[in-house]
Amino acid sequence: MPDKTGSERLAVRKTYKLFIGGAFPRSESGRSYVVTDAKDRFVANASRASRKDARDAVSAARKAFPGWSGRTAYNRGQILYRVAEMLEGRRDQFVAELRQTGLSKSQAAAEADAAVDRWVWYAGWADKITAVAGSANPVSGPFFNFSTPEPTGVVAVVAPDSPLLGLVSVVAPVIVSGNTAVVVASEPAPLPAITLAEVLATSDLPGGVVNVLTGHRAELAPWLADHMDVNAVDLTGAAPGDVPDLEERAAGNLKRVLRPDGAAWTAEPGTARLTAFLETKTVWHPVGV
Amino acid sequence: MASENIFEYAPAPESRSVVDIRGSYGLFVDGEFTDGHGEPFKTINPADETVLADVACADEADVDRAVKAARRAFDEVWGPMPGRERAKYLYRIARIVQERSRELAVLESIDNGKPIRESRDVDLPLVAAHFFYYAGWADKLRHAGFGDDPKPLGVAGQVIPWNFPLLMLAWKIAPALACGNTVVLKPAETTPLTALLFADICRQAELPPGVVNIVTGAGETGRALVAHDGIDKVAFTGSTEVGRQIARVVAGTRKKLTLELGGKAANIVFDDAALDQAVEGIVNGIFFNQGHVCCAGSRLLVQESVAGELLERLKARMATLRIGDPLDKNTDVGAINSAAQLAKIRELSDAGEREGAARWSPPCELPAQGFWFAPTVFTDVAQSHRIAREEIFGPVLSVLTFRTPEEAVTKANNTPYGLSAGIWTEKGSQILWTAQRLRAGVVWANTFNKFDPASPFGGYKESGFGREGGRHGLEGYLSA
Amino acid sequence: MSTETLSGAAELRAQLHGLPGVDRVGAEERAARLATRSIKTTAKAAAIDLAISMVDLTTLEGADTAGKVRALCAKAAHPDPADASVPRVAAVCVYSDLVGVAVRALEGTGIGVASVATSFPSGRAPLEAKLADTRAAVAAGAAEIDMVIDRGAFLSGDYTKVFEEIVAVKETCGDAHLKVILETGELATLDNVRRASWLAMRAGADFIKTSTGKVSPAATLPVTLVMLEAVRDFRAATGRQVGVKPAGGIRTTKDAIKYLVLVNETAGPDWLTPEWFRLGASSVLNDLLMQRRKLATGVYSGPDYFTLD
Repeated sequence: MPDKTGSERLAVRKTYKLFIGGAFPRSESGRSYVVTDAKDRFVANASRASRKDARDAVSAARKAFPGWSGRTAYNRGQILYRVAEMLEGRRDQFVAELRQTGLSKSQAAAEADAAVDRWVWYAGWADKITAVAGSANPVSGPFFNFSTPEPTGVVAVVAPDSPLLGLVSVVAPVIVSGNTAVVVASEPAPLPAITLAEVLATSDLPGGVVNVLTGHRAELAPWLADHMDVNAVDLTGAAPGDVPDLEERAAGNLKRVLRPDGAAWTAEPGTARLTAFLETKTVWHPVGV
Repeated sequence: MASENIFEYAPAPESRSVVDIRGSYGLFVDGEFTDGHGEPFKTINPADETVLADVACADEADVDRAVKAARRAFDEVWGPMPGRERAKYLYRIARIVQERSRELAVLESIDNGKPIRESRDVDLPLVAAHFFYYAGWADKLRHAGFGDDPKPLGVAGQVIPWNFPLLMLAWKIAPALACGNTVVLKPAETTPLTALLFADICRQAELPPGVVNIVTGAGETGRALVAHDGIDKVAFTGSTEVGRQIARVVAGTRKKLTLELGGKAANIVFDDAALDQAVEGIVNGIFFNQGHVCCAGSRLLVQESVAGELLERLKARMATLRIGDPLDKNTDVGAINSAAQLAKIRELSDAGEREGAARWSPPCELPAQGFWFAPTVFTDVAQSHRIAREEIFGPVLSVLTFRTPEEAVTKANNTPYGLSAGIWTEKGSQILWTAQRLRAGVVWANTFNKFDPASPFGGYKESGFGREGGRHGLEGYLSA
Repeated sequence: MSTETLSGAAELRAQLHGLPGVDRVGAEERAARLATRSIKTTAKAAAIDLAISMVDLTTLEGADTAGKVRALCAKAAHPDPADASVPRVAAVCVYSDLVGVAVRALEGTGIGVASVATSFPSGRAPLEAKLADTRAAVAAGAAEIDMVIDRGAFLSGDYTKVFEEIVAVKETCGDAHLKVILETGELATLDNVRRASWLAMRAGADFIKTSTGKVSPAATLPVTLVMLEAVRDFRAATGRQVGVKPAGGIRTTKDAIKYLVLVNETAGPDWLTPEWFRLGASSVLNDLLMQRRKLATGVYSGPDYFTLD
């Protein structure tokens, strides 16, 4: 407890805002909601994003897409690794935020470590997934034919309630291949997502590649699932009862949909989350002189 | 040698005697032809509007029967069967398709209206090749990159269109069976006959009953199939609008979904293109199969500096297209598949004229009976015209021009679709630069409308998701 | 390409290299597709007679003799002695020293004599020798000269040398028609075939011809397709029509008809006369005659019923 006599310094609190297009705005709606710790004590007023914030986030993600997807895979890998370095530097802050969600000190430390390692794992995929998911196809005729995986575009991610490891496990695979993301953070535990945003903002990631919204998932997710300029949705963090409705909305422009699969975040992920947001592009060319 | 018609080609009809069309057809369920309980429908020859046969219509109960047969076959026979044995069945089917290829080609042309040259030289060889290709995968799935022990999904409900009836059947059935699934397939109501002949091929191959079931009918039958609780997978090829409906039906279920939908492909011709081959590619891109091709190159984007010369060559080439009897071996453009499709093509073409585009067709006589539409090109088309945005699915080309490569790519991508695209330039770096930027699943550079079982096919955006063909085509039929 | 900014060799090179490219796979595909045309009944009958009338009946052997040439001329005038309705062939093609023999043998038939010249088939001789060869053939009565280009000069990029040789030979020809043999089997690419075609046409060729028949491959459908596109485009650009002659490798009626289809659907019907299209061949004639008789009688014929000359 702070000493009311003033002999101990009063902490300067952080205002938790949204992360859109590389900037940290408050919700245009002016709303916020109370984030509590595991013992239901007040921790912060997080921004409660509106549909208009979601719209702005999609615009920012779309604007960032050509540049980000046009980077070389090596460069994306470098930038993501840089993000991991910054994550490591914020380790203590993440541990503290995780402890507020009810984890013990050692659990929180383990999760923070695992999150950094997971990010590093995905960062390394940047210049490898094409070789694994692509192919040269032996067609019957005088043609060279190859298939390459390409990012699908703007991906809306409903992040799970695993506030850090789950979060990085859904964000990293989306952007490493060149997609841009609009992330709806865990509703009860959004703070690590905003801290992650601060990490992203201070690494070399271009603005708009990742956009983070905090607020009510049930309010935001339908707008994103409906949005005609979103190419895919990851419903991992959506409430099971909301999934059918969100999938139906996603059908409006035939978004790629990743359904929740309930897999444990600690398990090695495999490439499924990468390939879920990749398009296979096949190019033909004649062979002749 | 003064005669005007010194080298008019005399009719060269392919013989119809290789096919034996029965008066009526039933459903193929559990290895038997059975009656349907819906109202039977007629399938007609679109080239002369004669009735070919009465075809049974599957109602909900019939679909249920077929799904149950497929489930039984999956549980008891096909699922447990070693991959190498499944492979041999598929090889058998491939061989029988080859043995009966002329019969299948003629029947396809009669029921669909496509030229025999195409059904004979394109559709049927690709059908056989597709079964051969996926046969080889059946016992190698663990090497396909989808985990050490990938499993089949179960029963696949598959709905296919009328533009390549048998080829789309092959694209659906071959990978499904190779992966160990069983199928219930619904062919399009205007082109059911080759699917029913395929049922006979399954019997000749002694494929276990229930592994392949064919239910005929229209939209209602398709709805009953994709909505059925007993299926684990839905695969659909057809219009984006129906694809959207299916995605809504499948929402919230465990069913895996792959969709192959519409397109409005840009065929981009740069000023340094090999012009004569580009003209061939444009013609092949939009007049192949009467333009009833989801990946048709229906938007020609030509660089302004060569637009005049290219269009002159294109029109001269179009004048040599031979339109008429699909069974004539010299026919290049056959009949429109149905009255409904013809009406749609007319409606959109009329809209093109109303919106101010210039319409041109070569002089050609169209038969009095049947559904026909002359190869048509619209120039002075703007991006905002309906004929530049909507899929016409007919022999109608919209020509737009561009000035810079950036503008070409921007215009090409300015569509909700993203199935295919074409690039014509002699400059290698320009091909790769353009291909990288095109948001389309298949990019043909200096060629167009090429297909191969080893080559993945499928779209971006509203052209659907999932890929058919190649290693990638297995993914839609395996659980990771 | 403006002649005000470029002249001579540079202009020629710029034009030839500025022609649209040819994609081999696309060209082969187009030719193969046209080859699937099914020409039946009345069309086939018309095609066979047209093909016969386009044949340049050819003998170009070191072992040629006056007797051999006279026999060939007799065949040219009456391809099927049993059937007077068979048209005569377009020309007889021989070496320059045998032109006189052929001219005498063909007197009054209306069949022209074509002579290969300019150090056929290699084209490797001083220009003076080539011109002398040409002069001798013309003097002996040749109505058509089939010259070969200097492929070495062409492949080394010395287009001007090739151009000037053709101009010189054309001048020497006088009234005789000049066919320029590109020897496409040695040009390696279809881009080169198109360039050589334009080069020859610009230099004054009345015909462009694929091959000597001494190099493999001789005429092929894709090569002929590209040449037909070239004469079509050249007429569109200049107003002057140039003929095309595939030579060598055309042995059956089916082959011949494929070429006619190619002409019909590429350059167009304007080229479908012996004045603008020739088939350089000899063995094809008997097959055409055999197929002709099959159409007339409904019965398959045999080689013993047609003369070997």
